[in-house]
Amino acid sequence: MTFDSRLLPYLLLAPQVAVTLVFFIWPAAQAVWQSVHLQDAFGIRSEFVWFENFEHVLTDPNYLDTLKVTVVFSVAVTVLSMGTALLLAVLADSKIKGARAYKTLLIWPYALAPAVAAVLWMFIFNPDIGSFGRALRALGYDWDYRLNGGQALWMVIMAASWKQVAYNFIFFLAGLQAIPRSVMEAASIDGAGPVRRFLTITFPLLSPTTFFLLVVDMVYAFFETFGTIHALTQGGPGKATETLIFRVYHDGVVNNDLGGSSAQSVILMVIVIALTAVQFRFIERKVHYA
Amino acid sequence: MLTRRKLALLTGAATTTALLFAALPGSALAQSKTVIDFWHGLPQPLGGQLEQVVKDFNDSQQAVQVNASYKGAYPETMQAAIAAFRAGNAPHVVQMFEVGTATMMAAGPAVKPVYQLMQETGAAFDADAYIPAVKGYYSSKDGKMMALPFNSSSTIMFYNKDAFQKAGLDPNKPPATWPEMIEATKKLKASGSTCPFTTSWPVWAQFEQLGAIHNTPFASQANGFDGLNAELKVDAPLFVKHVQTLIDMQKEGLFKYGGRDNKPDALFPSGECAMIHGSSGLRSRTTKEATFAWGAAPLPYWPEFAKDGPKNSIIGGAAFWVMTSPKRTPAEYKAVSQFFSYLARPEVDAKWHMDTGYVPVTMKGFELAKAQGYYEKNPGADVPAAQLTRTPTTENSMGLRLGNLPEIRNIIQEELEKAFQGQQDAKQALDSAVKRGNAVLRNFERANKG
Repeated sequence: MTFDSRLLPYLLLAPQVAVTLVFFIWPAAQAVWQSVHLQDAFGIRSEFVWFENFEHVLTDPNYLDTLKVTVVFSVAVTVLSMGTALLLAVLADSKIKGARAYKTLLIWPYALAPAVAAVLWMFIFNPDIGSFGRALRALGYDWDYRLNGGQALWMVIMAASWKQVAYNFIFFLAGLQAIPRSVMEAASIDGAGPVRRFLTITFPLLSPTTFFLLVVDMVYAFFETFGTIHALTQGGPGKATETLIFRVYHDGVVNNDLGGSSAQSVILMVIVIALTAVQFRFIERKVHYA
Repeated sequence: MLTRRKLALLTGAATTTALLFAALPGSALAQSKTVIDFWHGLPQPLGGQLEQVVKDFNDSQQAVQVNASYKGAYPETMQAAIAAFRAGNAPHVVQMFEVGTATMMAAGPAVKPVYQLMQETGAAFDADAYIPAVKGYYSSKDGKMMALPFNSSSTIMFYNKDAFQKAGLDPNKPPATWPEMIEATKKLKASGSTCPFTTSWPVWAQFEQLGAIHNTPFASQANGFDGLNAELKVDAPLFVKHVQTLIDMQKEGLFKYGGRDNKPDALFPSGECAMIHGSSGLRSRTTKEATFAWGAAPLPYWPEFAKDGPKNSIIGGAAFWVMTSPKRTPAEYKAVSQFFSYLARPEVDAKWHMDTGYVPVTMKGFELAKAQGYYEKNPGADVPAAQLTRTPTTENSMGLRLGNLPEIRNIIQEELEKAFQGQQDAKQALDSAVKRGNAVLRNFERANKG
């Protein structure tokens, strides 16, 4: 299609560009500006400090610990939520009784706000008021995520993964249903068992979906699990469940350290850009687009 | 199907309706009354009680209309006020928790000090009417009142009288010192209690109050009152001994760490923990929920660190700050001062105290509650005020004036948690807390000097 006016295409693009500028570029630019300044909470005094904020952040041993926690957390959430979702999707895709109800139920958790999901988890796992938490203690197991860092990390990983399983499930199911039946039938006739069929046909044909979900889940684990962590552990005990995004919030909003917080969010931005670039460069090559 | 046309119409209609509703009460009031925005951080039921106080003020006169709105918990209210100030749109009055005091005082032109407001508007205001521990917390170095104290609390001990009875302890003689405290927890444990003792607000109760009661600095420069260059002193022998005691008690099952800030509150009214150190405000919840006999007592002290007896405790809670904005008019400041004069009345103070469990902030309010027989009907309700006023305030029991105190509290809680997990001992935890806390203080000093 061609346009008579040279202006029209730009005009049509303008709303999208405006949204990007206002909601993405502007805040990002502000973060970069803040990250090289030292400012009091009310913004009355401001001093240009070069890269001092970055220096503080990167030489803080606690920051490196937080980075480690984030890596463990993100990888665990991605693997767990994708693995579980794929398994459930494969099962739901086969001919079973009540498949519709089963599918609908699996999609439900996605409709919950992260904070609400976290509160539900708390009612299950809190050592004093949670049903399961109390049961564990009654059995003599020393369950207390408020003091045991490992247990706390396990719990936020479970809660964050559970939330994302539903989302992954929808995409995997759609991906599975898009695989031509004829290919599967041909493989069956050739004598391939279910496992073989899955490994040589289903999984490769699902790879665009898998790749998409990998990117989305990583971003989810990095950025959107904030509500879950905030409601469940607030980053504690110690700093056992503090992820990078939680620390950005904590330093910026609770501690009023806008410079340090912005420096961290710039670092986070770089990490995610790098991660996505790596994924597109190396993993996408292995993706088979049907 | 929702077409774009329909959507546009709907949006238009919704906006018009919203504008209409917004305009109706506003226009009626704007002609006759000065409208004051007041942001607060008290959730229900306290928030409703505070809004009732505001309503009583609005009904008491014709000239001023105060609009109270809840902006989330204290930290969120603080953030909202800061963001609003940056946008040139600050509320007239904001309720700020006590740990935000240093931040507000360093805010310079963003805040109008209360003494100045009252002077400029010619309102009668007697700063000395306030309880010294309250006045001190919100006064500048030269003794000028910067904010209007309103809802103040202190930390006290609540104990389960039934559990005391069962353990063979005298239910009318709560432990007064830490050695007695440890003895009591041992007996409680022997009688089957799984949680003899816990603490809410671990840092406020076990550090800030501990320092004040034992006349020991929490930080140098008179707890920060004398300058931004203060350094933490929580690695002093008193704190090390205290934290090591808590760690040892936890190992023996005599003490239970129940989480940060006020998370452990629930453990006492539910009957799980026999003793708790918590905000005096826990009283109203305990009255409502507890199904056992309970009592209130002052915080215990270490005799070897308090040779001439324990000093007064410090306050917590919040105060009202007046914020500036390019748009302010003298009439608005005048209206704020009227509102504040109303809040400072002894009868308003006493009523708020008796309705909510916060301490009275004025001596007259305290006496009024006494005269009305409140403490005879509610034994133990005078413990926090008595503890706050039992001695004249010292340099170490005036309160704290430290920048980013919420962050310092978190750092100490993190180090405590690591110690309770067995990763470090008391000395290591406190050394590390001092080091990290000082970095926070230096940052605040740099950002706020000049």
